Parts: sequence; structure tokens; C-alpha cells
Amino acid sequence: MSESGVPGITVLETGQTETGARRMLLNMGPQHPSTHGVLRLAVELDGEIVTKCVPDIGYLHTGIEKEFEVKTYQQAVTLTDRVDYLAPLSNNLGYCLAVEKLLGLEIPPQAQWMRVMLTELTRLNSHLVWLGTHAMDIGAMTVFLYCFREREEILKIFEMFSGQRMMTSYFRIGGLALEPPRGWHQRIKTFIDSFPSKVDEYEDLLTTNRIWIGRTKGVGRMTLEDMLDLGVTGPMLRAAGLKIDARRDDPYTSYEKFDFEIPIRTESDVYARYQVRVEEMRQSARIVRQALDGEKMKTQMEALIYHFKIVTEGFRVPEGEVYQVIESPRGELGFYVVSDGTTSPYRVHMRTPSFGNLQATPRMVEGTLIADTIASIGSMDFVLGDTDR
Amino acid sequence: MLPDNLRDHAVAAALAAFDAGATTGGKFERGELTLEIAPARIAGVCGFLKHDQNFVRLSSVTAVDRYPAEPRFEVVYHLHSIQPYGRLRLKCRLSGAKPEIESVTAVWRSADWYEREVFDLFGIVFRGHPDLRRIMLPEDWEGHPLRKDYPVTGSRV
Repeated sequence: MSESGVPGITVLETGQTETGARRMLLNMGPQHPSTHGVLRLAVELDGEIVTKCVPDIGYLHTGIEKEFEVKTYQQAVTLTDRVDYLAPLSNNLGYCLAVEKLLGLEIPPQAQWMRVMLTELTRLNSHLVWLGTHAMDIGAMTVFLYCFREREEILKIFEMFSGQRMMTSYFRIGGLALEPPRGWHQRIKTFIDSFPSKVDEYEDLLTTNRIWIGRTKGVGRMTLEDMLDLGVTGPMLRAAGLKIDARRDDPYTSYEKFDFEIPIRTESDVYARYQVRVEEMRQSARIVRQALDGEKMKTQMEALIYHFKIVTEGFRVPEGEVYQVIESPRGELGFYVVSDGTTSPYRVHMRTPSFGNLQATPRMVEGTLIADTIASIGSMDFVLGDTDR
Repeated sequence: MLPDNLRDHAVAAALAAFDAGATTGGKFERGELTLEIAPARIAGVCGFLKHDQNFVRLSSVTAVDRYPAEPRFEVVYHLHSIQPYGRLRLKCRLSGAKPEIESVTAVWRSADWYEREVFDLFGIVFRGHPDLRRIMLPEDWEGHPLRKDYPVTGSRV
């Protein structure tokens, strides 16, 4: 017996196995391309079968929750971008809503609609990166190029609004950071008008593709009970037949005023998760369109800079604690904010979907083929910044 | 004992009926219910809430350091019931001298990583946890960064 250096894994040395099979330890990551960031999976293999999998995280731990405690409430918005860097506006939203709840602040409807629209564009951005990289992991290179074509346009829209492509910090406590730029309406309209046909293109490449189906159908199965018990949330639960979505279950930021479907599949495999997310893209586009066409968007946009007063005057947040949950592209994103009545948060805890989802990795891949591990972890759609914080 | 103003909340009342001494306090603020639980009863309470009150999900486990006040630590659990929709916060206060509490991994497996994170960053020990070791920081790291007496910046002298 020899120690692998990984707690929890003891490897049998070659030639010493009871069954005659050669077990080996394989380190996937932390720089393996298919682990999408710095995730390390220590995998014990019996031939091509994964007999044990131990995820090792923390490579991207930056102490963000500690950092919150030395920033003012408004400054801390910039930290939230850097957690899940593929969905910065979702993080902005969760944090701002939590603090606004502590303040008892209701922001103007125009700003709420603007937030909904941009958060849904963020969901598209995140799902596009997921689809492109997930397909590339499994060998479908072309899809990546198509997805990044549309993602680029979304990033340009974000840059137009906030001056930043990724770390937008565009939502602020009390509203938005800046007045929307001139010409934003037409820009987003042009994009969203053509977007459904782009989703058709991705589907043309994958949905009936025999290789894609072969690599994803029946792969990475998990039962709903296991997933709920292990902390999995978001599209993975919806692909296992559970109609769960914080936008519907506990609406925030006017989501109750929007008409959209929550896509459901029951197979709970990699293919079902693909179908759910593709349909979510279509639904997000629907929400963006409703926001664009809504009466709320036709009013004076200057009203959006409602936060101006509280920014210049500074503000204290009344003592208390809240747990604000939103539906991020990856699942349940919860902000637990504790205030002691000063100008900085006393404690902020982020319940991030990637952390919860990743915990289910061993349950998902143990007993399956090593090649399917790639497809399985791709279907979880985690972001390591979101996991490690 | 359950505060009188929380008797209208079905969950709080059910919990009081299950174990009268488990709830030591609580509040209902900003639409969120918080129940303070005697630390020694936490595993039993969680088992009851999961199996009898539909809190099938443990959303998160975290802690708050009230240093230099005593009891110093608050361990905070956020529970989630899907049908009917509901959320509940449980809170246990632990002393700073030897912060220890029973693990709830036997109730929800998701507590595994959540508790490891709290152990890593706050130094709170979860008794009965199957694999209690650091998760974010290297194994040989000294100290627990989310404690209030741990500096935000500075170098080792």
C-alpha cells in the first residue's frame, strides 16, 4: 500500500491488487483543460472505470468573504463580480437585493426591469460559455466558435452599459451605477431579435448529432433524492424533473411580472441537462424581449439613478440579518448578510451554486468510465471562482 | 423556551411540540424566521425538520464570529422546504474557548463540505463529521481567517 498524497485515497501498488486488475491514481487538474479552471480531481481507476474520485478545491480561494468586512456596503459590490466571473450581474443582484432588504429599500420599477433584462443577458452569457466549452470537451469544436460569437455581442453590450466587459459592477445598492447609454435599446433589440435563430444553429449542430447523443445520453445519471441531499441546485435539478426556480418560487426584482416557462426534463443525464439549458436560453431571450417592450422601459431613464442620494450621503445599514436567494445561471445563489448597524457588513456569506453542485461529483462519476467523467463534470457547469470564493 | 410571539409560526410550534427544550429563542424579522437552538440538540432538531417538516434541503451552513462577546460563535443553518415553499434559519451559539457542535451530515449529506468550510475558516469542530479537514486552505495553514481576530492584511513577523 502506498499513500497517494491525497487524503481519502490509498492506492494499491502495481501488481499487488487482489483482483489482478491494475489500479492507478490519476490526477486530473488543477490545470487540466476540461476541469474549467483550477479544480483537481484525484481519480482512482480500475482499467477505465473510476473506482474513487476525490475533488480537491480551494486553489482559487481568495478570502472574498473576509474582504467584505473591510469594505463599505457599496464598495463591496465590486467583490461580488469576482466570485462567479461568468455571471457577474447575477452576483451583483443577489448582494444588492440582500442589502436593500436590510435597508427596507424598494428600488424604482424601471431599475428593476433593467436589472431583470441585464441579469437574463448574463444568464445567456453564462450558458453560452457553458455550452461552448462543454461541447468542446466532448470533441465538438465548432459549437464553441458559434457560442462565443454571440457571447462577444453580449460582452459588448455590457461594456456599453458599464465600461467593463466582465467585471461590470453595474448594479448598485439602490439602483444602477450609471444611466443606460444612448442607443442601448436598439442594440439589445437587434441582438435579441436574431438570438433565437442562433440557438437553432447550436441545436442543428448537437441535438440530433449521433456522436453528441452517444456521449451524453444516459451519462452522468443521478437520482433527484441524491441531488437534493448532496446540495445540487439549478438546471441539474430541473433536468431530473423538479420544477424549482427561485424566480418563480420566491420572485424578486419583478420576475413575477414576466411570462416564462421553466423547462423540465426527467432523464437526469448529461443530455437532459443540455436540453434544459438550451431551452433556458430561449426563455431568457423571451424575458429580455418582454423587458424591452415593457411600458416601464419607455419612461424617463434618469429615474434609474435613484441611488445617487444614498451614495453621496453614505448610509448605515440597520442591524439585522437576511438571507437573499436568487436563481443564478448555475442554481441557488444565497447571500447571508449580517449588519451591526455600521457602514460595512459585519459578515457576508455566499452560498454559491458551484460549491454545492461540485460536492456531488464523486456520486456522479464513481463507477462510470473515465471518458464520461469529462462529460459529467461539464454538465454541472461550475465556475471555480464561485466554488472557492 | 419558544418566545410567545413565534407561536403562530407552524414550524416553530411543531418544533416546540417535538422537543420543548430545543428552542432557546428566535425572531421573525424582514419576513425571515430565525430559531435559536440549544447546540446539544441540533442533530435531533434537524432530523425532525427534514423528515417531519419537509425541509428536504440544507441550503447552507456558515458561522458568525461575535468576538470579543461570549458566546463567541453563531453557527447558522439555512433550511429550505420545496413544497410548500419555505425557508428557515437555525442558529446555535458556541463558546469561544472550545467551539464544538454535532455534525448534521447524517441528516443531509450536503453538510459535508459546508461544515468543512466552517471548520477551515472559523475553527469550529463538528463532532461525528466523516472527513473533517480543511477544504479551502492548505492543510498546514495556521489559523482561521474568518475569525474577527485574524488580520485582513499584514505579513508574518
